Amino acid sequence: MLNIAARPREASGLSRRSFLTAGLAAGGGLLLSLTLPKFVGAALAADGPFAPDAFIRIGTDGAVTLVMPQVEMGQGTYTSLPMLIAEELEVDLAQVRLEHAPPDDKLYGNPLIGFQVTGGSTSIRAFYEPLREAGASARSMLVAAAAQMWGVDPASCQASKGLVSHAASGRQAGYGSLAEQAAAIPVPKKVALKPVDRFTLIGTPAKRLDAAGKVNGTATYGIDVKLPGMKIATVAACPVFGGKLKSVDDAEALAVKGVRQVVKIEDAVAVVADHMGAAKKGLAALKIEWDEGPNAKLSTDELVRQMEAAAAGPGVDDKKVGDVEAAEHAAAQTVKAVYQMPFLAHTTMEPLNCTVHVRPDACEVWVGSQVLSRAQATAAEVTGLPPEKVTVHNHLLGGGFGRRLEIDSVTQAVKIARQVDGPVKVVWTREEDVQHDIYRPYYYDQLSAGLDAQGKVTSFRHRVVGSSILARWAPPAFKDGLDSDAVEGAAGPYGFANLHVDYVRHMLPEGFATGWWRGVGITHNAFMVEGFIDEVAAAAKADPVAFRRDLLSNDARARGVLDLAAREAGWGTAMPARSGRGVSLLLGFGTYMAQVAEVTIAKDGTVKVPRIVCAVDCGIVVNPDTVKAQVQGGIVYGLSAALYGQITLKDGRVEQSNFDNYQALRIDEMPRVEVHIVPSREAPGGIGEPSTSGIAPAVVNAVFAATGQRLRQLPIDPDRLKGA
Amino acid sequence: MGVMLKINGESHEVDVDDDTPLLWVLRDVLGMTGTKFGCGAALCGACTVHLDGAPIRSCITTVDSIGDSAITTIEAIGASPAGRQVQQAWLDLEVVQCGYCQSGQIMSATALVADNKAPSDADIDNAMSGNICRCGTYARIREAVKHAAAAHAGEAK
Ligand code: FES
Ligand code: FES
Repeated sequence: MLNIAARPREASGLSRRSFLTAGLAAGGGLLLSLTLPKFVGAALAADGPFAPDAFIRIGTDGAVTLVMPQVEMGQGTYTSLPMLIAEELEVDLAQVRLEHAPPDDKLYGNPLIGFQVTGGSTSIRAFYEPLREAGASARSMLVAAAAQMWGVDPASCQASKGLVSHAASGRQAGYGSLAEQAAAIPVPKKVALKPVDRFTLIGTPAKRLDAAGKVNGTATYGIDVKLPGMKIATVAACPVFGGKLKSVDDAEALAVKGVRQVVKIEDAVAVVADHMGAAKKGLAALKIEWDEGPNAKLSTDELVRQMEAAAAGPGVDDKKVGDVEAAEHAAAQTVKAVYQMPFLAHTTMEPLNCTVHVRPDACEVWVGSQVLSRAQATAAEVTGLPPEKVTVHNHLLGGGFGRRLEIDSVTQAVKIARQVDGPVKVVWTREEDVQHDIYRPYYYDQLSAGLDAQGKVTSFRHRVVGSSILARWAPPAFKDGLDSDAVEGAAGPYGFANLHVDYVRHMLPEGFATGWWRGVGITHNAFMVEGFIDEVAAAAKADPVAFRRDLLSNDARARGVLDLAAREAGWGTAMPARSGRGVSLLLGFGTYMAQVAEVTIAKDGTVKVPRIVCAVDCGIVVNPDTVKAQVQGGIVYGLSAALYGQITLKDGRVEQSNFDNYQALRIDEMPRVEVHIVPSREAPGGIGEPSTSGIAPAVVNAVFAATGQRLRQLPIDPDRLKGA
Repeated sequence: MGVMLKINGESHEVDVDDDTPLLWVLRDVLGMTGTKFGCGAALCGACTVHLDGAPIRSCITTVDSIGDSAITTIEAIGASPAGRQVQQAWLDLEVVQCGYCQSGQIMSATALVADNKAPSDADIDNAMSGNICRCGTYARIREAVKHAAAAHAGEAK
């Protein structure tokens, strides 16, 4: 969704100004609701009922409640979005209480994407202005109410820390006592937002508002839902993608203590029990026969062969600049390479789960989801109930990374719950989670560059070959065969005089799906482009940093991060044998980032990454502490994938199953990560994903510096790096 | 006939099969959901609890193997001086992201800090490398363990 995130805004021509309304809150006090403009896929957003609890509620007791339109999955949204409102509303962050928003595209739609979704590093970018406007409007109404009461000019009043005061007369009033009068004041048509230099909260390392419950076990994730009479179920879907359930002998399972019921749906079986221990034991006791269907022989090798063949066929143009053919013809040297990235699972720390209670006339769903309104829609579809009869309760997410942008597990849970009397929590085992993910696509990209006799790049080609997430996930955004996300960043941040980027869609077999994975388009293209540019630099016998700088034309922000990272890393200074430094540079999600990785290669080929220097320019920083945490975390996620991550298929089944064969980076492998933030007044960029994208290329380029081995395929294969 | 378990200072009788892993008894039978499920195979550490002060993976510890050993979970770890210091350090250093792994991290860290006044990086690697954090909070975990250990050592003096 990275592209649909950024592009429709420009294309829409709609005003960015959101629509604010005010009224009396249910229990008295001021309620300020904000309706955000829709941009894409109007069809995605249904007309919902007016939910009288949108965004900002100021109670007569002075309590400020913010209803969070974006979900918290670790990225700090539940701290940074309140900061935006609190800054303009003039309240302390500590005075603010948070509520999860219910599903409603109209009220809580992501203005960059058009419906209620948290993803694509859009939270801050989408809500930076609307939430500040909402805060400022509420403040100005409270001030107006106070001024009216005191019969003074509003301009002579001051708002600060939840109080309005009038210096000349020494009067002051708390927001709570003004809330009801304020509700009668018309919403100002225009409010002045604070200039950047008057920010007192934005830009400070405010403490996370969601931390306390996360250190004492009281934070409630979807998997922690407790309901009277609730049963626990675990599930086995057909191990072959697209296969169906043929038959199941459940006699032994039903004999397990605590097992209550075995539920069959078309492609899966679930064991419903008093607790997960019994459910798992019951599941293991089932004798299941599957109808494996047409994918019974599917393998990764076969899929890669298909992509290789597709790569030789026609593509759909994304960018064509100058005349690549002529430039190649005239080139003194041409560099060509194929780069490949594997299918990847997400393995969010909290395995997928969804709790559902289906009644004849209503359905309730408890889940942690990045796409609440979609969760509601699928429950409505499965049960045949109208959407307003489906209530979705959102929860904290134990990791999202794109996996919770999908609703497959919600659909499945509702199908199971229809056959269960009372609420049932369906919990996937980790094995199920790894083997029935919606995977990051495999990419098989061809790149080539022409160089003149002086080693200057004269042309650049990049053909992206892979399945289309967009075509499945947001069909209206997939236009004329081009997946705008798959080609995002396919030419890097560089200005090539002759450029050709095109896309070849690889069609996946029915039942096997690919999806968003922490920064999909950029994550893949940054690896392809930055790995390849390093090769081109080597062919030109140029220093990788200097070579990139030359390609950057006049992009001061890109040069800024590149130079900063190189300087802080001590670029150019000597490294021990079988050690090296590598660099990557990218522009993604509105953020510029350069990373320098240091690696050491053991004799057995094991790659150690002791240090990463990262320079980031993400525009105005709302919370610098969150930015650093996100950069570190993104690096861990990307490094796990670079070193270990790959999902392979054999006989239609995923060969990996848990953290032993689908490994995650551990604390003993954690590099020292040094994050340098470039001070900036540019519009805020996304920060959840760029560092995941930039780490793999920096590492493979460092491996080249250390060993002379060019790694064009992930994950890194230590066998290729064995040496003296 | 049930199994008797001593959890956070209280006795609980639970009626489950003997080979039921403790994790599910805690979470689903007793409703103590602070202890998390991550892998079910002793690979991730999310389910870590203490058995007589030592960290164990509750997802592979069957209830019949516990006997009268004392189980401590995240819900009660703040009652011990080391646990309280670890939780405080976690807050002071803003360790958490999604937070899902942190119950397990804190249980592992508390066991370390309780008997190591000044853990080295190698000690931390040893004690903590069984705990996966997909959000990648490792750098702050390392710092927070050191802070907690220093605070705990100072308090014990
Ligand atoms: S759930 Fe026990 S170690 Fe992962
Ligand atoms: S904080 Fe999310 S897995 Fe550790």
